[in-house]
Amino acid sequence: MSTTLPFAATQAQPNYLNVDYGWKSWLFTTDHKRIALLYLFSITAFFFVGGMFAVGMRMNLLTPQGLFDHDTYNKLFTMHGIIMVFFFLVPSIPATLGNFLVPIMIGARDLAFPRINLISWYLYIIGGLVALGAVVQGGVDTGWTFYAPFSSTYSNTHVLITAIGVFISGFSSILTGLNFIVTVHKMRAPGMTWNRLPLFVWGHYATSLIQVLGTPVVAITLVLLALERFFHAGIFDPNVGGDPVLFQHLFWFYSHPAVYIMILPGMAVISEIVTCFSRKAIFGYSFVAISSIAIAVLGFLVWGHHLFVAGQSMYASIAFSFLSFVVAIPSAIKVFNWTATMYRGSVSYDTPMLYAFGFIGLFTIGGLTGLFLATMAIDVHVTDTYFVIAHFHYVMVGGMVMAYLGGIHFWFPKISGRMYPEGWAKFAALVVFVGFNLTFFPQFILGYQGMPRRYAHYPPEFQVLNVMSTAGASILAVGYLIPMIYLAWAWRNGPIAPQNPWRAKGLEWEQSPTPPPTFNFDRQPVVTEPAYNYSGEEEEEVELGG
Amino acid sequence: MSVFSIFPPPASATAGEVDALYSFLLVVCIGMTAIIFFCVFFFAVKYRRKHEDDPAPKAIHGSLPLEIMWSVGPFFVMLVMFAWGTKLYFQNYTPPLRDTLDIYITGKQWMWKVQYPTGRAEINELHVPTGRPVKLIMASEDVIHSFYIPAFRLKRDVVPGSYQTYWFEATKPGRYHIFCAEYCGTNHSDMTGWVTVMEPNEYANWLAGSTGGSMKEQGEKLFQQYGCVTCHVTDREGRCPSLLNVFGRPVVLEDGRSVPADEAYIRESILNPNAKIVKGYARDVMPVFQGQIGEDGLLQLIVYIKSLSPPAPAPAKPPAAAPARSSK
Repeated sequence: MSTTLPFAATQAQPNYLNVDYGWKSWLFTTDHKRIALLYLFSITAFFFVGGMFAVGMRMNLLTPQGLFDHDTYNKLFTMHGIIMVFFFLVPSIPATLGNFLVPIMIGARDLAFPRINLISWYLYIIGGLVALGAVVQGGVDTGWTFYAPFSSTYSNTHVLITAIGVFISGFSSILTGLNFIVTVHKMRAPGMTWNRLPLFVWGHYATSLIQVLGTPVVAITLVLLALERFFHAGIFDPNVGGDPVLFQHLFWFYSHPAVYIMILPGMAVISEIVTCFSRKAIFGYSFVAISSIAIAVLGFLVWGHHLFVAGQSMYASIAFSFLSFVVAIPSAIKVFNWTATMYRGSVSYDTPMLYAFGFIGLFTIGGLTGLFLATMAIDVHVTDTYFVIAHFHYVMVGGMVMAYLGGIHFWFPKISGRMYPEGWAKFAALVVFVGFNLTFFPQFILGYQGMPRRYAHYPPEFQVLNVMSTAGASILAVGYLIPMIYLAWAWRNGPIAPQNPWRAKGLEWEQSPTPPPTFNFDRQPVVTEPAYNYSGEEEEEVELGG
Repeated sequence: MSVFSIFPPPASATAGEVDALYSFLLVVCIGMTAIIFFCVFFFAVKYRRKHEDDPAPKAIHGSLPLEIMWSVGPFFVMLVMFAWGTKLYFQNYTPPLRDTLDIYITGKQWMWKVQYPTGRAEINELHVPTGRPVKLIMASEDVIHSFYIPAFRLKRDVVPGSYQTYWFEATKPGRYHIFCAEYCGTNHSDMTGWVTVMEPNEYANWLAGSTGGSMKEQGEKLFQQYGCVTCHVTDREGRCPSLLNVFGRPVVLEDGRSVPADEAYIRESILNPNAKIVKGYARDVMPVFQGQIGEDGLLQLIVYIKSLSPPAPAPAKPPAAAPARSSK
């Protein structure tokens, strides 16, 4: 790549941050970068709300008899799940880093539909406020899975309001996905062929497919739930001819693919970080890219593995078990390729790379414990126990949140135009890693020993492991607070970032000023080389496997 | 249980088998994790950047043989997990066709009612003998529950509107946890109990201590009370199929299908008689009992109807029943 911008005086130039300071310029902006920041702040707020619920849960579980009464605890884990899944994990990377970077990475001025992008933020906020409204009114106690007939007939908490909140924010997710798909198809810069797309974009493209195809199904499911609750329609209640297992099929038809909405963008971030801090092209580009699409497609075919004990046909279970093993392959391919990328690389240990190491390690454990759950006879024992809790927190928190933090640090100079304090950042990454493992590893053991999830109190023999877990959660909380503080500080006071502090490849670093101007580029970017061309090879390379 | 033991106490033949499968997966996955961790650690140290301005290393774009190896290799190992896990799953969820000790369980917010054919009933306690296959037939009065016995490594959701079953053969006397594993509302974590495994002779003594009529007798009373007896046993006009010698045998329906007359079939035929009409009989003859009879009463009726079909004396061909399935 040839056109590298001069490094001089980036702050003085007009950029998307200093172009206007009025509150209207933020709340009515159609700039994808400003909308990304709106998302960043709102998502962080929801993360803290969800985190506070987790603090309550872990305090309750310090002792077998518990600290709170049952209803309070049941509401704590329900609200923790709903806030974290629908209002943090699903939008986390796509709506912030994805929103900021997808247009820049493909050389576009903005997303295809800038105003729809703003609408999707408002929908998210409205949905989130409605859900928080349910909390203020006394909360909801169905678990984030809303299983019927408990949610439809028996629970007397604010199920409907919460469901409406989730329903509304679902449209935010659909619109973001739609926007990304159209943008990637129609707005790539000259020379940005599909084979040259950064893997970050591939990951977001796959995520968007799931958002567009899956989210309507959960919306329909919630409508059916509302019909059942309001009019007693008899869809899920067996007393009037309904089928409670049908709810689980519909719910997981979205919510299992949603798990991949929550992890694919994380994988997308890791592909960028590993290449940059190994200063090397990704190993097996096409395998990593296609595996994202494979995960998106196969992810729609495995929902039934949530129902091995739920009364679904045992023959259906065979198919779902088999497909669940198959979907593990593309994830494994990614892990192997990231590892192989470091081979003969030039590896540095900057903070984003530390998070990438953490991601690879924790995601490996999270992914491999998924095999235990795909193995039906083991699933019968460990499903609905802490084993499942540990498994998905290794993927969602050990994976996605690590990737999110890694990505935030990696692109912080791009977004803010300033550097964060590296020493503090490394320390925080270490604290997060230690705290995370101490919190969730004991839960694997608890689960196989038989401790069920969603228990407000528990037999005394499970206490030691629960105390370890709570201790870990305290460390983890500190690990999340430290970056919050120094990043806020660095936003105003950090040293001015150079144009490309990591010497990274990609349009966002090489052709867009730091921080970018409102329309991202000073002149039309042109792409003349494949992604991650750190070694500066000439064009005619042998693309292995495609 | 020792705090640092990774296995809960095993108290059934199944428990050992699930533990063996679990150990196999542990070994494979720990091995896999070790390989990946070693490679990441080794590459990170060996290829660390020594000087900030080291030249970028030469690109390696991939290797097709490697990609094939690390996709196909693990897949074959996973096939072993899949086959082993599936076999065990079917085994644990498919009770033997005869000679099981049947115990009837009703879940309701927030307790387990356990009924024995002898009429003994208890709350949040389950007594089973060693060395004999025990089949649980489980129903729910309200929401979904899940009957979980960690010592047997078994659970199954108890879904309202259906019967769910599993079976086990206890091996080790003792007292073990019962948990409700599917979140069911306020006192979910109190919906727990104990399973007591006893030696067979001890168990016989315990069972003899029962009071009140047996489940069969209670079922017979209901059978009279609801008027079932007039059509299904003594009727000579042929309005309804006789229930003598029906249970456990295949029944031919009006559309020509043949279904096994198992617990789930009897239950459905009581609650919603038109769902499956026996070939040659009219619809809408029998009243609908949906909402009229509680789950406990249904189970008693089923025990009584079972007693109308004594086990065939000769080693007759077992009915071609698929795994005892109940939900739709």
